[in-house]
Amino acid sequence: MFKYALQRIFYMFFVFMIITFMSFVLIRMLPLPALAPNDPHTEILEIRREALGYNKPYLEQFWIFIRGIVTKWDWGTSEKLYIGRDVWQVFVEKLPASMIVNFYSILWTIPVGIAFGIAAALKKNTWVDYTISTLTMVVISVPSFVYAFLIQYLLCFKWRLFPFVMKAGTDYFSWDMFVSIVPPILALSFGVIAGFCRTTRAELTEVLTSEFMLLARTKGLTKTQATVRHALRNCFVVVVPAIFGEFIGIIGGSLIIERIFSIPGVGNLTINAINGLDYNIFMLSTCFYTAIGLAAGLVVDISYGFIDPRIRMGSKK
Amino acid sequence: MEYEKIPAEKFRFVQENEKLHDKELQTKARGFFADAMIRFGKNKSSVIATWILLALALFSIISPIISPYSIWDKDQIYLNYAPYIPGIADSGLGIFDGARTLNSQNETSMNFWRGISEETGRNPVIRTLGEHETTVRDHGRDVVRTTYDIEVNFYYAKGILYRTLTYEEFDKIQAWQNETGIQVIYPYVEQKDINGISDNPNIWYKVNSKGAAQLDANGNFIPMYSTRTEIQGREYNSIRIPSDPGNYIYSYAKSGAVQCRVCYYNYYIYLNGHEPMFIMGTNAMGQDIFCGIGVGARFSILFAIFVSAINLTIGAVYGALQGYYGGWVDMLLDRISDILSGVPFVVVTTLFQLHLAKRVGIVPSFLFAFVLTGWIGMAALTRRQFYRFKGQEFILAARTLGASDWRLMFKHIFPNGIGSIITSCALVIPGVIGSETSMTYLGIVDLSSFAGTTIGTLLSQGNAVVTTAPHAVLYPSIFLGLLMICFNLFGNGLRDAFNPTTRGVDD
Repeated sequence: MFKYALQRIFYMFFVFMIITFMSFVLIRMLPLPALAPNDPHTEILEIRREALGYNKPYLEQFWIFIRGIVTKWDWGTSEKLYIGRDVWQVFVEKLPASMIVNFYSILWTIPVGIAFGIAAALKKNTWVDYTISTLTMVVISVPSFVYAFLIQYLLCFKWRLFPFVMKAGTDYFSWDMFVSIVPPILALSFGVIAGFCRTTRAELTEVLTSEFMLLARTKGLTKTQATVRHALRNCFVVVVPAIFGEFIGIIGGSLIIERIFSIPGVGNLTINAINGLDYNIFMLSTCFYTAIGLAAGLVVDISYGFIDPRIRMGSKK
Repeated sequence: MEYEKIPAEKFRFVQENEKLHDKELQTKARGFFADAMIRFGKNKSSVIATWILLALALFSIISPIISPYSIWDKDQIYLNYAPYIPGIADSGLGIFDGARTLNSQNETSMNFWRGISEETGRNPVIRTLGEHETTVRDHGRDVVRTTYDIEVNFYYAKGILYRTLTYEEFDKIQAWQNETGIQVIYPYVEQKDINGISDNPNIWYKVNSKGAAQLDANGNFIPMYSTRTEIQGREYNSIRIPSDPGNYIYSYAKSGAVQCRVCYYNYYIYLNGHEPMFIMGTNAMGQDIFCGIGVGARFSILFAIFVSAINLTIGAVYGALQGYYGGWVDMLLDRISDILSGVPFVVVTTLFQLHLAKRVGIVPSFLFAFVLTGWIGMAALTRRQFYRFKGQEFILAARTLGASDWRLMFKHIFPNGIGSIITSCALVIPGVIGSETSMTYLGIVDLSSFAGTTIGTLLSQGNAVVTTAPHAVLYPSIFLGLLMICFNLFGNGLRDAFNPTTRGVDD
């Protein structure tokens, strides 16, 4: 098991390096943005570019890039949006805003989603199940920004309960800040609730009809006992890895929700970097999102093995 | 009974002179697809979804035809205006009247609306919603101030605009006025007569320096129109306003052209040949949203179908190779798809746009972005199907008969898995529409020069003005929401119909 995890981590690193290399070359192939002629930063930026080997072959540039990251954690300098500032510093400043919104959102949505899923599975083919399933289907189908608009219009504009955009400042745990991020939290929540509800319902329905449940009932367990001790545990083999994956996704934020509610997070930074052609920030964002995606997949896969000893990961047949 | 000595003549042949046949099947043969369609028909929600889907598709085809505008018509003045249909607006039903609610309108504002109404004959105030009286202490006295909450027809409320016209155009409008009897050009008012107010062409009456109307003893406006003696303008021989004693001037000469006060609503009729009719209002670009949704949806749906078809083909071939050959081919191809699926979609789209948009166009480079990673799911599915079927006896039989690899793959294995492959395609389409909308919403891809507009662009424009013009985001949202729900229901229905065993697993 441990060996398998190591293998997977190594493999993930390999994939990550290839993707980074490809994106790196593609980004460096783009024409460089012109620097303002009379800006005091221009000279420095030009020296920076020279040092980063912008005129050398791509492989050598990549080597300089990687060496800079490994030795000095140097991700380059912003050339457009935050002229002259270290890209990593800018990035780290933006992280908490994204994380806090996502964190609050999954904190309450995962339990609620699972609860709805359990309710639907236990009351299968009754109106409870039909209502929950229909709502789940609707919420999953409709893109998140549609109900983000709804929330913004109703809660922020019509009823004036919350501010339109996230409060400025870095006091992430103050009450004012919390109130100001309720709308984006809600907008993010629906999708997560529906996702977990669907997974839980599908899994639990299958477990409830399996034969060991019949055995549990025949040996004298009540329905509650059998459900809690046998069905739920087995259903969580699938649900828990999904929770882990969701937690990894916290730091990623959401591009669209951050855009709508003007959250100064990494998603917004990425979009600004793309539209403003700030290549160094874009490169960092690319690495960041790639790493998150790969890590989430990895954690989900490995956690299967830890949670359910019957699943032997990576073993030969 | 004696069995042993039955005489020979008691025996006769069952079928001496006839051929023996199996009985012909009385029931009608039912193929795989027909069977699936019958199951699909039994699924009520999917059938309803299919009808709604067809209705939405029909909408996207006919809305640009019904709408008097094309997507390239961009009005400069009517921006973010609410839905308006002239005939229905006059009926007083409270719908399609271009209304926007204005709160706390004081005396000055109410007179302003009255001024527009009296001059142009088009009353912008539809109805009064509420009246508030507040007592303010002013200069040691209690003064009662009344404010009103009103609904205003913004198309009328634009009222009069300054327009600089060439002499030919001025004459043309006059001729048109005489022909139709609709007055476009109104008497000129000099700024010095209205306390130097230069940015409000709607004021034609005596005002104080704050722009508040100064009424005469009877509560009527005091007109401040310029007369012929004061300023020089172009000769005017068309409709004159009723109170005109004959010496009002209708234009003001300005270096080879004339400046006029033009009633925009009527000027609009002159320009377009019809009254404004925006069934779902206008957006920030002055485009008709009704037409925009149709145009955007048409693009989205066609694009999604096209993308799905390409991804289906690539994915099927790729997955077939993986699944059929297995071993190191499978390994290698799997690594490639692993790497590709690790690249975030935003990054792919952006890089393709930056590199290829100038060379091959925006839409093809957007298409490539979808194709680069979109087929991976399909390939995985096909691969699974191949692993499931390739070890079975009928494949062995076909192989023994000498079928080639290609024939085995696409004649014997692939048709067995086609049900689940088709249905996943139906679920891929809404996914593509969703991603496409997100990317255009975020502005990473701008398709408006190619397609006119897209749902994502409409949403993005509407989002900026959600407080003042909620209709601009409401209608595209509803359309998109419905489209996505119906596509998903339709896809789920198809899946259940083709694979009855998976029914209800995750719907």
